[in-house]
Amino acid sequence: MEAIAFYTFAILTTVMFLITVLTNHALYALSALAAGMIFISAFFFLLGADFLGAIQIIVYTGAVMALYAFGMMFFDTTRDVVEKRNSPQLVFGLSGLAALTVVAIFTAPIVSGNITALYPVIDGVGNSQQVGMVLFTKYLIPFEVAAVMLLVAMIAGIVLAGKKMDHSLTLMKEEEIERQTNEKAQV
Amino acid sequence: MEITLQHYLILSTILFAIGLIGVMRRKNLLLLFFATEILLNAVNIAFAAISSYYGDLTGQMFAFFIIAIAASEVAVGLGLLVLWYKRTGKIDLDAMTSMRG
Repeated sequence: MEAIAFYTFAILTTVMFLITVLTNHALYALSALAAGMIFISAFFFLLGADFLGAIQIIVYTGAVMALYAFGMMFFDTTRDVVEKRNSPQLVFGLSGLAALTVVAIFTAPIVSGNITALYPVIDGVGNSQQVGMVLFTKYLIPFEVAAVMLLVAMIAGIVLAGKKMDHSLTLMKEEEIERQTNEKAQV
Repeated sequence: MEITLQHYLILSTILFAIGLIGVMRRKNLLLLFFATEILLNAVNIAFAAISSYYGDLTGQMFAFFIIAIAASEVAVGLGLLVLWYKRTGKIDLDAMTSMRG
């Protein structure tokens, strides 16, 4: 049963991400990426990481994809995306090499076989409860730093893409900024 | 048939390779962002699988922080992208030569 679920979702995720990478239509890429994100959460549920699966659906398909959808309203998405490919052989060779490196990175610690669990899973306690216990004791400071980072990102997003951009320095042409600084210098 | 850790790691590697192909292929910055999301998700699968098969919660913790970083990256990156599009009308990587790099 687990094998059927694994192979089904593996094939679905791979196909969705291949569509995302290879299509020339931005809207198809967005939809395929959102579908792939949801299929990935299935792996987290299969692996017993229930909380991570829920977070995957909420954050990725809920927040990130909605943000991309809003961002795409600013761009011309109906036009086909033209990609310039200089040498496909080089690209595929490099990606194959990088994939081999990743395999080596992941299999090296397994071959050594002396891994011990730092924060072992406790029997009879739900996954969300365990995550809470570890996150709010051992990883409290990274958690708070991540919270501050999200706040910084939110303010940066508001400042960069805000409505009052026509009065902001970041949108003006270089000549306008120069003229304004000159005026200020004269005063 | 038993699904082992290797199955998950190989799947994660395949997805990572797909993401790498996307990063190398794309010239449009928005679609380049999509490819980086695929990369982050592939690594998340590997973390969750190792966490599950070794009975250790550290992998899941790292996956959480990766998701938080991905969310903030999208917020800042899209802000910059919208700004760039308003200024120049293009989101192609080849058009970004104002720094003469």
